[in-house]
Amino acid sequence: MTWVAAVVHGILLGGFYALLAAGLALLFGVMRIINLAHGSLALVGAYMSYLLVEHTGWSTYLTLLPVLPGALIVGYLLQRTMLERSLRAGQLVPLLTTFGLLIVIANLLQRLFSPDVHSLDEGSIGTAAWQTTSSLAIPWFDVLTLGIAVAVLGGLHLVLRRTQLGRELRATAADADTAELLGVNSRTVYARATAIAVATAALAGVFYGMRTGFDPNQGGAELLYAFEAVVIGGLGSLWGTLGGGIVLGVSQEIGAQINPEYFAIGGHLVFLAVLVGRSMAQASRIRYALRRFA
Amino acid sequence: MSALLTVESLDVRHGLLQAVRQVSFEVAEGETLALVGANGAGKSTLLRAIAGAHRPAAGRIGFAGQDITRRPAHRRARAGIALVPEGRRLFPELTVEENLQVANASRRSGSWDVDTVLEAFPLLQPLRRKRAVSLSGGEQQATAIGRALMTNPRLLLLDEVSLGLAPVVVEGVYRSLANLIEAGTTILLVEQDLARAMGAADRVLCMLEGRVVLEGLRGQLTREQVTEAYFGLPRQEATA
Repeated sequence: MTWVAAVVHGILLGGFYALLAAGLALLFGVMRIINLAHGSLALVGAYMSYLLVEHTGWSTYLTLLPVLPGALIVGYLLQRTMLERSLRAGQLVPLLTTFGLLIVIANLLQRLFSPDVHSLDEGSIGTAAWQTTSSLAIPWFDVLTLGIAVAVLGGLHLVLRRTQLGRELRATAADADTAELLGVNSRTVYARATAIAVATAALAGVFYGMRTGFDPNQGGAELLYAFEAVVIGGLGSLWGTLGGGIVLGVSQEIGAQINPEYFAIGGHLVFLAVLVGRSMAQASRIRYALRRFA
Repeated sequence: MSALLTVESLDVRHGLLQAVRQVSFEVAEGETLALVGANGAGKSTLLRAIAGAHRPAAGRIGFAGQDITRRPAHRRARAGIALVPEGRRLFPELTVEENLQVANASRRSGSWDVDTVLEAFPLLQPLRRKRAVSLSGGEQQATAIGRALMTNPRLLLLDEVSLGLAPVVVEGVYRSLANLIEAGTTILLVEQDLARAMGAADRVLCMLEGRVVLEGLRGQLTREQVTEAYFGLPRQEATA
């Protein structure tokens, strides 16, 4: 039964990773921009929510109403002022820029909020759980997180596949020059994609703040799991990211079930196995193609 | 005859290489102009500069009475300039239909939409939901032309539309061009095949090493004149 519990908790944890990875799946998976500050921007979302709760006494969920539109604006401006310039200088430059941003954000947050651990109140749902058997309790908050992850990734999927903005996004990612020739304003398209990505990051950050305590230096660590979820799920596929998050969560919980110290290593091992497996499959496809030509 | 496109003393550079030198010409509304010349004569660069994909070093480009020299490419597309780029440049992971729909970004309405394009290129009808990467060369070319038409252009720029296609496919492409010309679309086309270019166009412009060396109406130019200009070698010198 404990194994079943590990898998169930792993799936729920995966929902959280998928939520954190949703913005990355769009920016990194589809637009091929590596944003190392994604986790830090999530933290900024959490701190903004904290600030609003402190000053207004609102519930954490209500703070999303101003935080998410604010994050959209931040994302748009971030692209237009910083990322756009660095993208023009080549693929590696955004890596440096966003790494710098990560450090700047961490230090700013430390200055403004001290290095102490803060947390956000998750309301009455936070302690409620569905006790199925004596050994398996399903916390409602985790179910809510998974549900929101599914909604966000599903929504992004629909935007990409069914709307004009989605088609322009995919066309610009593939070939920005040609998209421009068809009337697509590639700068605006990139800025909108970043705006959406930063808003989902802020949403994930607020949920992160309700799950556990957060401090200014956690941006980088959480980012790693989000990247792993995107890569396991396959670049460019939003549903894949949901699957990737769940695979990661389940492997971590199963690792922890074997030995509590194996939590992180369980996820990393599966991530490595997926990478190796995928490159071997690619190699065999190339060999097959070569044989057909020979 | 009012000029739709005016190019004045245009210079375009690729780094140190000056690909287009002091080129001036006009295209009238409804006219079909062919740009011929050897490889590297600067034809594609000139088209790309007109479409806004390449910024000119000097000179002026006017379109429909406005100076568009400094306008970004997407605003030129919205004003009614469409380029079918060399090598088709479809979005490989998008379906044929999605490739066409991207051009809705030009926000130009007119007689061309997904349905009329598929009607004009019936070979695309069954391929609608197929990804562009899986199409044959001819199917890709039809999609690329259709995609440019989706912007309902006033000026259509065609760059080497017959390159790499089987003769029978080229025949089909030019048949659909003839329909467009008949419908009054203004066309500027770059073509390696002299006979094709002189067959389709009202007027021919020959480029050599970045300059316009010969210009004339279809009936006024002989094949020999164009061939000489094309290679930059008068016949008598070559045989002497």
